[in-house]
Amino acid sequence: MVRRIRPSTVVVLALLGAATVYFLLPVVWVLVAATKSSADLFGTFGFWSPDPQLGANLSRLFGTDDGLFGRWILNSFLYAGVGALIATLLSACAGYAMAKYPFPGREALFNLVLAGVLVPATVLALPTYLIFSQGLFGRWILNSFLYAGVGALIATLLSACAGYAMAKYPFPGREALFNLVLAGVLVPATVLALPTYLIFSQVGVTGTFWSVLLPSVVSPFGVYLARIQANAAIPDALLESARLDGAGEYRIFFRIALKIMSPALVTIFLFQFIGVWNNYFLPLVMLSDQRLYPVTLGLAQWNSQTFRDPAFYELTVTGAAVSALLLVLTMASLQRFWRAGLTAGSVKG
Amino acid sequence: MTGVLHKEKPDVRTGADHGRPRHPRRSRSHVAVFVAPFFAVFALFFLAPIGYAVYQSFFKLTSSGLGLTEPTLDFAGLDNYVTALTSPAFVGSVGRVLLFSLIEVPIMVVCALALALLLDSAQARFRAFFRVSFFLPYGVPGVIASLLWGFLYVPQTSPLIDMLAAAGLPHDFLGPDTVLLAIANISTWQFAGYNMLVLIAGLQAIPQELYEAARVDGATELRIAWHVKVPLVRAPLVLITVFTLIGTLQLFVEPLVLKPLTTAINSDYTPNLAAYNQAFAQSNIHLASAEATLIAIMSFVISFGFLRLVNRKGNRAW
Repeated sequence: MVRRIRPSTVVVLALLGAATVYFLLPVVWVLVAATKSSADLFGTFGFWSPDPQLGANLSRLFGTDDGLFGRWILNSFLYAGVGALIATLLSACAGYAMAKYPFPGREALFNLVLAGVLVPATVLALPTYLIFSQGLFGRWILNSFLYAGVGALIATLLSACAGYAMAKYPFPGREALFNLVLAGVLVPATVLALPTYLIFSQVGVTGTFWSVLLPSVVSPFGVYLARIQANAAIPDALLESARLDGAGEYRIFFRIALKIMSPALVTIFLFQFIGVWNNYFLPLVMLSDQRLYPVTLGLAQWNSQTFRDPAFYELTVTGAAVSALLLVLTMASLQRFWRAGLTAGSVKG
Repeated sequence: MTGVLHKEKPDVRTGADHGRPRHPRRSRSHVAVFVAPFFAVFALFFLAPIGYAVYQSFFKLTSSGLGLTEPTLDFAGLDNYVTALTSPAFVGSVGRVLLFSLIEVPIMVVCALALALLLDSAQARFRAFFRVSFFLPYGVPGVIASLLWGFLYVPQTSPLIDMLAAAGLPHDFLGPDTVLLAIANISTWQFAGYNMLVLIAGLQAIPQELYEAARVDGATELRIAWHVKVPLVRAPLVLITVFTLIGTLQLFVEPLVLKPLTTAINSDYTPNLAAYNQAFAQSNIHLASAEATLIAIMSFVISFGFLRLVNRKGNRAW
């Protein structure tokens, strides 16, 4: 069937085509460049490879330093995959509870989560590093700093943690715990310093796998999305009838709620996965052992060594091509989940 | 932000009215079990770092006399804040990201809106292909994106510069006057497609009858786009503006990666770089904490200020 093509269609398609060229340009460049030797990289036109040697570049990429690149990719998958998985579960629990169980302070708590959505990851990386590093670095920076700093840190941690967990819903022993926290804040820092030091020197986790993974398990945006989804998709009548049938709250959550919320859960997982994968500041400040680097940090480091040894150009470019392609393929194949999630998250008119 | 809650409150309240009277004595331990795990890590990895940075910002190390004895840690009050706010490097970096926001936010919003309207227009074909192509850069990590564009910005490896030079056009991407635009391009490339998807989600929620009615009244597609579609995606527009605004103020990775390629970027180029530099090159975590706190405050003030501004005019967007 011949469709009549209007001039406006041509204009729209031309504009969309131009935008496509723009968005694909660096990707095409890097794919071409990944097939070049270092000499060709600088000596030949960027969009054409006269003498492709992709196989050689790839084997060099994965062979350098006993397969360090493969390890980086594995690390990225571990950080992003495990982090996103745990963040999804925690978000589902918290979002479901906030949507379906009224409890005192729920709105305040939810506002806090929303505020958390606005806190960018880069703002958190530096302070988080300072906390993680206390056990290791604090000792050789200064003893006095260690005592005073870590002491107050634990006081802050306890009051923040307990305050936000307990002010929101009643549970036995809440007042006693609250008084304890109050005492901790009021007690002079010098008294707190010793126990705090003991705790943190045991949890000296800087430079470890955990220092990047643990902060990755929090997703306030996930809680927000899970709550929206639970409110919109799980009717209260369904829960009531499940309760009348004798199902407990946990059973209802795991057998009914999670299933209904699954589209949102996929979206939360993807958002978190991309977020952690792309995160640079946190591993940059946390890690010194090259074997623990995620791929972003490793490539940036190689790139910074190109001035010392131009051979690193080849590695950097091929590595960038591989890592860009990995996520691009993942995202393209999961595209319908992205759309479903974005619709669920957007403000409904 | 509370506007979002307003929309939900009716649902929430109805839920409460159904649940409570029927089961007045029901144990609520499950609430704690559901909520506590998230808020434990939330408190640990969100609230605590902020509190800690604020705390550290009120201290400083003072070395005595000849520097032979160990320096002491002293409460410094607002000294670190005064130091940061009177330092030309830090103030300059704040001015630079504000300028960057002024450039980047309009570019981003206009690009995302234009792409969304083009894809949503009746004339568009191959929608899925275009959508994936535009969205694809979002999956490329900021470091990798900066590396790629970096290669396209330097004469040694860039086919673009070859072509521009052959055409006799200006082609210095990393000069002092152009480097900010080069960074803006990287951000736009990365996030325009994502923001476009947010807007498309909003556009798809608009009932088609509205367009039919407008067409019956003789409106052209362009007029429909401008007078029907744009006002109806106001809320997602505000959303992407705020997120872009916050993102631009946090500028870090792009200048860090481009820095070796140009002398136009120094180690205090953006507030985040300045704080990073302060913490690791200068080993002054107290001043770094003060700067990090200032960055956080600046982000909050500007994003909430913007939300208040748009919510005061006309309907609440959020």
